Amino acid sequence: MTGSQMGQADQVDQAKDGTAKDGTAKAGRRMRRQGALESTALYDEPGPKALARHRTYGIVASLVLAGIVAWVVYKLFDTEQFTADKWNAFTYKGIQELLLRGLGNTLRAFAWAAVLSLVFGAVFAAGRLSDHRVVRWFSTLVVEFFRAMPVLVMIFFIFIALKTEPRIALIAGLTLYNGSVLAEVFRAGVHAVPRGQSEAAYALGMRKTQVMSYVLIPQGVRTMLPAIISQLVVALKDTSLGFLISYEEFLYAGKQIATNLDYSLPFIPVVMVIAPVYIGMCMALSGLAKWIERRGRRSKRTA
Amino acid sequence: MNVLFDNWDTYWEGFLGTLKLTVVASALALALGVLVAACRVSPVAPMRVFGAVWVNVLRNTPLTLLFFAVVLGLPRFGVVMPFFVFAVLALGCYTSAFICEAVRSGINTVPAGQGEAARSLGMTFGQTLGLIVLPQAFRAVIPPIGSTLIALAKNSAIAGSFSVVELLGTYRTLNELGFSIVWTFVWIAVGYLIITLSISAAFGLMEKHWKVAR
Repeated sequence: MTGSQMGQADQVDQAKDGTAKDGTAKAGRRMRRQGALESTALYDEPGPKALARHRTYGIVASLVLAGIVAWVVYKLFDTEQFTADKWNAFTYKGIQELLLRGLGNTLRAFAWAAVLSLVFGAVFAAGRLSDHRVVRWFSTLVVEFFRAMPVLVMIFFIFIALKTEPRIALIAGLTLYNGSVLAEVFRAGVHAVPRGQSEAAYALGMRKTQVMSYVLIPQGVRTMLPAIISQLVVALKDTSLGFLISYEEFLYAGKQIATNLDYSLPFIPVVMVIAPVYIGMCMALSGLAKWIERRGRRSKRTA
Repeated sequence: MNVLFDNWDTYWEGFLGTLKLTVVASALALALGVLVAACRVSPVAPMRVFGAVWVNVLRNTPLTLLFFAVVLGLPRFGVVMPFFVFAVLALGCYTSAFICEAVRSGINTVPAGQGEAARSLGMTFGQTLGLIVLPQAFRAVIPPIGSTLIALAKNSAIAGSFSVVELLGTYRTLNELGFSIVWTFVWIAVGYLIITLSISAAFGLMEKHWKVAR
């Protein structure tokens, strides 16, 4: 939810506070704060009857959702996922180190892929913006091809046909795919800068390189940054593809624990340990993108 | 060229597998995505919270992890189904989060005045939704759904590593038979290009067909 929407909802509530004497409006206010009410084309500001109806629906929906959660938890207990011998494995130092090493490998692959795909993207975006037709066509061909291919096909191709290490294949595959997407992001960002900016720069006698590096890129980066970070989230998620070519990353470490007969095959405990870490890392990065986007919007308004 | 004709059956089977996976998972993703989008724009707070959690969790989950959890985790749960169904579940649920966001932002592009005008003409909620809001949202939603479904087709390659017959998985058979690896992959790439380009062409046609001059 964005800050401005929250603010609007609060203002509406405050305006209503004077008239509504019963508790209905207060309950509605409390409910609306839990998630932003976004679409207004669909319905008006609800009156007391509609609010009471929504509350009934809300209670029913909460009960159904709680029922589903309770059933899942019951099933977890029923299939003995919380017994000590399924969780014992995680108390061993070796296992903890295995997981941490896996996480380290995941982050290392992500860091390499992120840096290299930013470079790849910058190079090919420059190629696509080039004045030379051959360079432009070549860059377009490369970018369009790698964007259209499943990233896993590239990783497998590099791994099997070029017989590289799993790590190299993963990083190279991620770089080719995310770099191509980033090239498009960069190109769009540079194009998004108003034409008058580059015209003014040329009129001042700047060269093409100067126009790019002093005028277009500094302004473009601002609008591009959220898209760049969102693409890095994709790269972070896709490092888990390394699991399929037996790169020893986080998920692979999890699988090694899960398939070990000594710990009575703790598949679900492993998922319960690994999933929050992955989701947390990706959410933090997406949150950063959203925050930057909001900040950019605000600063533009004040400027 | 020989690699393709000598192994036509293997390729064809893999191609059909990918196609089937894409179509069935797309249907599931579209149905679930619209449902969750309805939750996200509903006036009932708990449903909105559910929609937000569904989208944020699934969008930030690596698809490989989801496959891992569904294909290897659910059987421990006492749920036993063919691998194909598991793959459809994982792909469909994952993609539904992206479809939901596309549909939701489509609905949000319809100006509030449209709904207000419809209601002041005395239209019911159903009429407002069916005659005013959805037809306008539909046009805005076509391009993002197209690119989401193309991503789904590409993501279906992961299923091959989880015992589902599909295009990328064919490399294993051909590799064992000793065919040229490079050419094997060239034809796999062509297969994926056929599917993704068809989807993008179909959505391009749809976009053109329902385009309105504004």
